[in-house]
Amino acid sequence: MRVYLDNSATTPVAPEVLDAMLPYFSEEIGNAQSVHSYGQRAKSAIEKARRHVAELINATPTEIVFTSGGTEADNLAVRGVAEAHREHGRHIITSKIEHPAILATCESLEREGFRVTYLPVSSNGRVTAADLRAAISNDTILVSVMHANNETGTIQPIEEISATVAEARANRAAHLHFHTDAVQSAGKITIDVKGLGIDLLSMSGHKIHGPKGVGALYVRKGTRLSKLLYGGHHERDRRAGTENVPGIVGFGTAAQLARVHLSERQASMRELRDHLERQIADAVQEVRINSDVEHRVPNISNLSFDGMDGESLLIALDLKGVAVSTGSACASGSLEPSHVLQAMGLTRERVRGSLRFSLSAFTTSEEIDYAVAALTETIIRLREMIPNDEPKTAKLALQ
Amino acid sequence: MYTPQVADHIAHPRNVGELENPSGVGDVTNEVCLDRIKLTIAVDGAKLTQAKVKAQGCPPTIAAASALTELIIGRSIADVRSIARKDLIDSLGRLPAAKMHCASLAIDALRAAIDNLKA
Repeated sequence: MRVYLDNSATTPVAPEVLDAMLPYFSEEIGNAQSVHSYGQRAKSAIEKARRHVAELINATPTEIVFTSGGTEADNLAVRGVAEAHREHGRHIITSKIEHPAILATCESLEREGFRVTYLPVSSNGRVTAADLRAAISNDTILVSVMHANNETGTIQPIEEISATVAEARANRAAHLHFHTDAVQSAGKITIDVKGLGIDLLSMSGHKIHGPKGVGALYVRKGTRLSKLLYGGHHERDRRAGTENVPGIVGFGTAAQLARVHLSERQASMRELRDHLERQIADAVQEVRINSDVEHRVPNISNLSFDGMDGESLLIALDLKGVAVSTGSACASGSLEPSHVLQAMGLTRERVRGSLRFSLSAFTTSEEIDYAVAALTETIIRLREMIPNDEPKTAKLALQ
Repeated sequence: MYTPQVADHIAHPRNVGELENPSGVGDVTNEVCLDRIKLTIAVDGAKLTQAKVKAQGCPPTIAAASALTELIIGRSIADVRSIARKDLIDSLGRLPAAKMHCASLAIDALRAAIDNLKA
């Protein structure tokens, strides 16, 4: 049996999404900027998709900028605000647990003279509004805190962050903007950008059963933003480049499905995720949850197994047909262990022994049961391989 | 990322355990990544007759530990002394550059076990 439990990395395209996209490859092939009817039909398809994406987060369609994915949306948000408002301030606040698309963009801005504060997180992975409030100065132009973390699923206190930003904007930081990377939360939990007072929000198609290579940045009306891509006047002059029509159509359909089925998908994923954790806890002692269980998305389970190496668990599971991911170093060529788990204060051993299971709306209970059995057998076998005693610190000759 | 040989050793590690009265023990830990290999060997005359290994760590460490036992059981001590990291990696097909240190750890365990052989 093959079981895919790495849906926070990417998801399969839903059948309806694929069906919606196909005509735009060979039949409706127009460039959406073309004046003739091929172009107009492509344009109309894009605008329909834009409405679906906007509806998912309670935005207005004109506030949606289509991009090549979540990474570009993050880059556009952070660099776009920084460059547009550099005359008003040079200070940016983000968190230690952001996706590399945010962190690396912030680091590049630091090299250009911006100052960046990286807020710490609790052992459960959340920032506090108090830390944020203390960090905001009259020089601050952007706060970027991700809605839900990709490794642990922990949801940040977005309402409090938004209130803190609004209060600071009224009092001392007139040009303060609030961005959130919602790549892991959009389509999984309800988001109302108007109600939450969010200025910018990143989304990605391939996390919600849409195709890879397309995402969006929500930009609240009236927000000044510099461009990343120069050229034509696409996306209301915010992002040049011929539109990825099939991708955008797919993303729109995926967003529509996510909105329509949000409640039932949420319930089903949460139930299966909780079932997975209970089964694992029953079968395998010495396992800990690396997340804020009160505030997390319904589909992610990040667990640490005592004495284990996450990469060995991952490979052994892969050999049995189960796909997951790990925060252990040395996996996927990176020599750095998870910066998220480290920021939460986890020990080296606990980071090393971590696995992330991430479900989708299509995961079944048979798949969960199979994965738990595979994991249990693997842990028993690897535990048998652990030396019985503590390591000797020096070479020792036996009597 | 890993060869079929490495995958096989992960799925079916060989000679797992600890000898009760070993002739030599090599227990080594890589302080950077916390991987550990504990090798116990039995020697009869000039021949290495038994070997058991325990290992904790990333996949190539497990695979290298397992493959090491297959390389040494039944060989003369003289032969075993000349086993190098390259021989171990060859038996695994190949290892990614970032994982060569896992094979080094296994060789370190072997050298430690040979070095402290009972007289």
